[in-house]
Amino acid sequence: MKFAVIVFPGSNCDIDMYHAAKDELGEEAKYVWHDAESLEGYDAVLLPGGFSYGDYLRSGAIAQFSNVMKEVVKAAEAGKPVLGVCNGFQILLEAGLLPGAMRRNDSLKFICKQVELKVENNETMFSAGYEKGEVITIPVAHGEGNYYCDEETLARLKANNQIVFTYHGENPNGSLENIAGIINESGNVLGMMPHPERAVDELLGGADGLKLFKSIVKQWREANAVNA
Amino acid sequence: MYKVKVFVTLRESVLDPQGTAVKNALATHGYEGIQDVRIGKYMELTLDESVKDIDAAVKEMCERLLANTVIEDYRYEVEEVVAQ
Repeated sequence: MKFAVIVFPGSNCDIDMYHAAKDELGEEAKYVWHDAESLEGYDAVLLPGGFSYGDYLRSGAIAQFSNVMKEVVKAAEAGKPVLGVCNGFQILLEAGLLPGAMRRNDSLKFICKQVELKVENNETMFSAGYEKGEVITIPVAHGEGNYYCDEETLARLKANNQIVFTYHGENPNGSLENIAGIINESGNVLGMMPHPERAVDELLGGADGLKLFKSIVKQWREANAVNA
Repeated sequence: MYKVKVFVTLRESVLDPQGTAVKNALATHGYEGIQDVRIGKYMELTLDESVKDIDAAVKEMCERLLANTVIEDYRYEVEEVVAQ
């Protein structure tokens, strides 16, 4: 399986994403620069955390118009797995691939710590490796992770089971309904504020994020075995 | 030439944590009667005569990039300026 790790000016979790895919999963991974013309040949897209374009104007606002995002939209429409973490999630929201928007943390503080997440939906290609209701520990590091959407959108997210992860116990940023990660209606675009790529080895303080990456590969292999 | 002043603020229905912090800070300084503080962004665009329909152009810019209409409102003022 071949992963594209998109690199924007200001991405800073791209190496962690690459490490998760290449070293921990043992799959193929390549860095793809923000002005790339094509994502042909890649099976999945990873949008890393960081501060794309300095987060000028709003987090993710400028990145949505970079050249490669047209290709990310195409990959999403083609049903390929697209995972956006932290700034990657913000970019997916700005690009309209996921509904809602990010506000500053209600504490106004940048938070960087381990948090507990509850797996609300384990029937996605990203979360199939977890048990439903399982509580996992994944680090967060953000200043704008306070997820918001209007009531109508929230009702739709709930009705379609699109809320994949919620904060368990303490909500670190004030997000609506403790939302930590959501998926699109087709089930192939996941955005989440916590960083699974920083939790792929006990040496890093935990390996609860590894199952997410393993789920993507397992689902992809099963889908492609059926097609073959 | 035209100068366009664009104001972007969080929608009334969206809690503004920065505004709330500033409101509390003002109260700490003894200022009374402050009902609410909202913090937003102010942008100045200078457009030349090649832009034919200023309203349409500015609206499009606001809705595509300058404001996130999921959580923000925008308004703008257009001022004609004489080039020096």
